[in-house]
Amino acid sequence: MLRETHLNGLLMLALLIVPLAALALNEPFIITLATKVTILALAGVGLNLALGQGGLISFGHAIFFGLGGYSMGILASHAQSFTPLMEVPFLIEGTKLMPVIWIVAIAVSCLAALLVGLLSLRTSGVYFIMVTLAFGQMFYYFAISWPAYGGEDGLVIFVRNEFPGLNTLVPIQFFGLCFAVLCAVLFFVSKLNKSAFGLALSGAHFNAERAETVGIDITRVRLVAFVISAGITGLAGALFADLNRFVSPTMFSWHTSGQIMIFIILGGVARLYGPIAGAAVYIILEHYLGAFSDYWQIYLGLILLFVVLFAQGGLIGGLSKREAAHD
Amino acid sequence: MSTILLIEQLLNGLQFGVMLFLMAAGLTLIFGVMGLINLAHGSLYMVGAFAAAGVAGLTGSFALALIASLAAAAMFGALIELTVIRRLYKRDHLDQVLATFALILVFSEGTRWAFGSFPLFLNIPDMLSGTVMLPGGIEYSLYRLTIIGIGLLVAAGLFLLISKTRVGMRIRAGENDREMISALGVDISVLYTLVFALGAALAGLSGALVGAIQSVEVGMGEPVLILAFVVIVIGGIGSIKGALAGAILVGVTDTMGRTLLPVIFGSFMDPSAATSVGSALASMLIYILMAGVLVFKPTGLFGEA
Amino acid sequence: MTFKGIVKLGCGALGTAAAVMALATAAISEGHGGDVKIGMITTLTGGGAGLGIDIRDGFMLAVEQSGKDNIEVFVEDDQRKPEIAVQLADKLIQSEQVDIMTGIVWSNLALAVIPSATAQGKIYISPNAGPTQLAGKGCHANYFNVAWQNDNLHEAAGAYTNSAGLSNTFILAPNYPAGQDALTGFKRMYEGELAGEIYTKLGQTDYAAEIAQIRASGADSVFFFLPGGMGISFLKQYADSGIDLPVVGPAFSFDQGILQAVGEAALGVKNTSQWSKDIDNAANAAFVETFEAKYGRLPSLYASQGFDAANLIISAMGKADISDQDAFRAALLEADFDSVRGDFEFGNNQHPIQDIYVREVIQEGDIFTNKIVSTGLSDHQDIYAAECAL
Repeated sequence: MLRETHLNGLLMLALLIVPLAALALNEPFIITLATKVTILALAGVGLNLALGQGGLISFGHAIFFGLGGYSMGILASHAQSFTPLMEVPFLIEGTKLMPVIWIVAIAVSCLAALLVGLLSLRTSGVYFIMVTLAFGQMFYYFAISWPAYGGEDGLVIFVRNEFPGLNTLVPIQFFGLCFAVLCAVLFFVSKLNKSAFGLALSGAHFNAERAETVGIDITRVRLVAFVISAGITGLAGALFADLNRFVSPTMFSWHTSGQIMIFIILGGVARLYGPIAGAAVYIILEHYLGAFSDYWQIYLGLILLFVVLFAQGGLIGGLSKREAAHD
Repeated sequence: MSTILLIEQLLNGLQFGVMLFLMAAGLTLIFGVMGLINLAHGSLYMVGAFAAAGVAGLTGSFALALIASLAAAAMFGALIELTVIRRLYKRDHLDQVLATFALILVFSEGTRWAFGSFPLFLNIPDMLSGTVMLPGGIEYSLYRLTIIGIGLLVAAGLFLLISKTRVGMRIRAGENDREMISALGVDISVLYTLVFALGAALAGLSGALVGAIQSVEVGMGEPVLILAFVVIVIGGIGSIKGALAGAILVGVTDTMGRTLLPVIFGSFMDPSAATSVGSALASMLIYILMAGVLVFKPTGLFGEA
Repeated sequence: MTFKGIVKLGCGALGTAAAVMALATAAISEGHGGDVKIGMITTLTGGGAGLGIDIRDGFMLAVEQSGKDNIEVFVEDDQRKPEIAVQLADKLIQSEQVDIMTGIVWSNLALAVIPSATAQGKIYISPNAGPTQLAGKGCHANYFNVAWQNDNLHEAAGAYTNSAGLSNTFILAPNYPAGQDALTGFKRMYEGELAGEIYTKLGQTDYAAEIAQIRASGADSVFFFLPGGMGISFLKQYADSGIDLPVVGPAFSFDQGILQAVGEAALGVKNTSQWSKDIDNAANAAFVETFEAKYGRLPSLYASQGFDAANLIISAMGKADISDQDAFRAALLEADFDSVRGDFEFGNNQHPIQDIYVREVIQEGDIFTNKIVSTGLSDHQDIYAAECAL
């Protein structure tokens, strides 16, 4: 049996080596797949903060994934057509610079999360799951029927956005960038989890009464966690849109929310590296099961069912010694 | 807009609400008794519709088709309760969401495997087709009136079942105190299987009833599943009364929004933009309603705090 | 059991992955000169799967009938999700290094994939979607549409409504770009008054409120564009509502695949299509017969488009080698194949110039199907062609 930290290290190493090997073997699509895993894992890391650490089962994180995507789409489409985003009261131009897009994506997602969170966190349990789902549907229908940015057609960005010093059009360079972002976020989240705030958050999750008696404002802690979590998922959305050079309302659909949740459960709830394992397995299954049968989703469903029912703790929990996560 | 049209639209809203109630009743019952959140409820609705379409195609009888829909959905409901669902009662909602999400995949593609990729045919029986003239000169579909009737009957039946019968007493007892009821010698796992099958049968029945005027196709359960969730959250999860109130509120809001919003926007915008903006807002309206209700009553209209 | 189970699962997944990759490499290594690799992205799972399956089956039938062994087709399932379609396009272009792409059913997916595929030097042959953006200023030398420009069938419906003497029609479509295009297309040709114009929710299944508005509007006819299950629901509810105004629509809601699900409710409805199974030519007769013999069902509009797409590619292969892309494109543009719809030629924007027929839904024995009643528009070309610089 492996220790969980070793396993996590192996996981990250594999995620780094596979695309490098693919580069050597001239299999560029494997690099694209690895990039997809990295970005979706990032979205999962974001949700995991709210869901795993904070116990907030959000069925609406597609909102932030989509907002991140549309931040990229809208800014880049304005830069692409050389039309300013806004002239009154002050001029805002579009941009093709990733760092700027990322900041906007994070800011927009956090702002939305603040509003959604203020309303949703009045509820708990199933009501919270459902109310976040409902907010997701609201954004989804809005994106489909609002004609200004393509409606259901979405927005196509012809050339991937730029990052200073890199040629993002080269798959391996874009992968490297996404991988670096993932590492940075993992570092940030692990620090956060160990900070006083992180302890307060798990306190609010596992023993709300005691947390309250020691003077923690539970709602506020949860709201902050929800907002940070949304910011990370929004950043992932912006990267995902750049991977595809395309955004559409499907990014807002409830299936997307469900999928991000699946990554977490597959990998192991509240395990920092869980979403990475989960996203990797999910993408491998999705891409290779399809070759066997038109009805591949049956097998996917059965595998998911099996993991939920019999492999509590997810892949990482199953492969390492400890059943429950403590870090 | 004339008064008659307005009344007709109210009736349409009521009818839509009753359709939603049939679906939501099973969902809320299962949640209330077992504390289980079941995303696969939409799949049971689909199973009911496909079973009805299959049997109606073979026998030509709508009555047999309805019986088949009840039986098939109850059977599949019991089957998944015994194999999957009962392992989830003690789990948290997250595991329940995921496991039942996985069941959706299995059911949808399994149905496609069994019935093919093309929609099936299921029609209104001749006896119930056509329209009747209501007082006030409203021409209304007989079948839709029948749906309203059946829905209200089911609602009444459920109230009686829960408040007056032994099974209902056990269900109420089980909701309040699980350990107590098993201590009293009631076999709680049999009771749970029964309740789940009952909820499934209701979903199957509504699938068959609705299937006759809609498209019987793979994936038909998902949109109505989300609407049913909105209904039970507005009404208060676990409350049959809440499900009925929520369903009618959602049905009427959605229908009136669809008809009135474009007209309202049309009074100060150009018609084409007004239809587009009005419809966009109408498609979001029930979710706005739900958010609004939860802001003021976080556990829904009839939910327990 | 947890650990063992997961190891088994992991080994299984790895094993399958390895096996699939081995198969894929084997397929690639068989190649020899003059080979054409075609990547098909279409919808094979979920609610819209019937359309993609028909396109694929029609396409593969033509490939099989051509007897050519140097065509290799990679079929991928987009699940009707644009992001997946984009990634599959990357896969087909980067890993399989296909020469030609085809297969996409939906306009929004087409818009996500085609511009980037053509920019990367791939030829794209559209067997179904014909979004406006790609027909006018956005036309491209590598993009050929073998089906129709999106507005075409709706324009024909508008023209038919005029010729049928109807002058106060009620129009409705879902509130999304293709729906807005549909109503625009209809209004372009229609000369009468509008009794009402409604956008419904995408995926809506209950139309009682809309039908009540139609009844109250005093219209003399109804035009609707509601693809897939939405159309089935609308027609059944409309038939039951007791309104007997004539209904006109594009072929999508009266297609062979879904007519059986609508049943008698569709009988007599006029719909516009560039293809029908009773178009009288040898190619069509042979297509209908062989398709039914092979797959056990009547072909649909989508199957006919898939069949024509494959035959277009096969005709060009006889004239030019794919390695000389200019010559191959020129050969495609000649459209020198026996289209199942009879006369077929490309306009300057590489979209069809073709007749669009008015069909009526009839019953043949137990089967509901269509027969042609008139020609709605002859040698019709889309209006965006003028904006195309090709």
